[in-house]
Amino acid sequence: MIPAQFDYVEATSVADAIRLLAEHGDEAKLLAGGHSLIPLMKLRLVTPATLIDVTHIKELSYIKEDGNNIVIGALTRHRDVELSELVKKHLPLVAHVAGEVGDPQVRNRGTIGGSLVHGDPAADLPAAALATGATMVVVGQNGERRIAAQDFFIDFLETAVQPGEILTAIEFPKHTNAGWAYEKFVRRAMDYAIVGVALQLGSQPGVALVNMSNKPHLAESASQAIAKGAAISDVLAVINNNTNPPEDLNATVEYRQHLARVLTQRAFATASK
Amino acid sequence: MTIRTSITVNGKETSREVEARTLLVHYLREDLGLTGTHVGCDTSNCGACTVLLDGEAVKSCTVLAAQVHDCNITTIEGAAQADGSFSPMQEGFRQEHGLQCGYCTPGMIMASTALLAENPNPTEEEIRHALEGNLCRCTGYEMIVNAVRWAAEHPNFTSGGAK
Repeated sequence: MIPAQFDYVEATSVADAIRLLAEHGDEAKLLAGGHSLIPLMKLRLVTPATLIDVTHIKELSYIKEDGNNIVIGALTRHRDVELSELVKKHLPLVAHVAGEVGDPQVRNRGTIGGSLVHGDPAADLPAAALATGATMVVVGQNGERRIAAQDFFIDFLETAVQPGEILTAIEFPKHTNAGWAYEKFVRRAMDYAIVGVALQLGSQPGVALVNMSNKPHLAESASQAIAKGAAISDVLAVINNNTNPPEDLNATVEYRQHLARVLTQRAFATASK
Repeated sequence: MTIRTSITVNGKETSREVEARTLLVHYLREDLGLTGTHVGCDTSNCGACTVLLDGEAVKSCTVLAAQVHDCNITTIEGAAQADGSFSPMQEGFRQEHGLQCGYCTPGMIMASTALLAENPNPTEEEIRHALEGNLCRCTGYEMIVNAVRWAAEHPNFTSGGAK
């Protein structure tokens, strides 16, 4: 499978990327690690006229501590997030989830920003961003916008990033020494989750579900219940509120909702260890 | 649109005028004639096309040649030692019969080579985890794990020249 023809330009800085986006219009796509975009292009589900390669913008690859936040540059690769001592210490859920994406080859190329802007409800990292209460930093010609993770995911493969804008960083509030768990149900090691549950406990708890809606899904009722100190049974009773899971070869709607309850229960058991 | 790309492959500088949409695996196989890197699933699942990009394992069916301009690529053709001996990993696959049909083998060897570069003495579980992106339909993986263990136990293997 070979992608359709496209023009290729390389951006050397964020300003350069924004200029190129303005120049090439909405027929252009940004290319980072390429592990979501290139497969879609090979299937010709996506046929951008121009690819703006941002792979080599070094200023967007970093992990740093900023007060109560850990800030991760959008082009930081999954492998670097997974292995970062800073992330492991303050955001162990995010480090673990980064290590659950695809397989080692995918994690060597894929970037955290690329995964988030792809907005796939079956992907791992959007759930981690939702559960930990992350904020996305998006830059365009009109300057910078900050968007809470729960407002970032709009619909299937659609986020709040507008044409002409680029996600530059993700700000995660620290969750140091708090319980956490990621339960991912798969048939084969490197598959997308049939259902996944990302659970963050502590002072700012959150629980997010993978592949349970048309977009990455924050389980709001369940998150609020956890914040109020509700019993696990009460959290499980509302975990499927507002979910809209897909039905496919792997699972029916009912089976996915059953899995969401079982995996949430397991997540609590793991998180409290 | 065509672009000029320069990539160092197995220590040799290569440069070609290619279409922008050329995937790295096609650059290697069709432009350079290095057909040791296989196309398996063509959907970044099976790992048969795994090569090393600046020392890290990547799936060359999901990387554009344009993206690795000025980078170092190592393919199975570059896996052997300077004197022509098999690398410890290649010899491990030979000693432990880590292959049957051989289709997945170049990818398995490159992914395993990347693992040992980072973790010279992996446990069975670490080996299986590191190879989760490489599918083999013949061996049941048991002999592949043994092959990687063999390589880990014989880091200084040399046959003293080409076979």
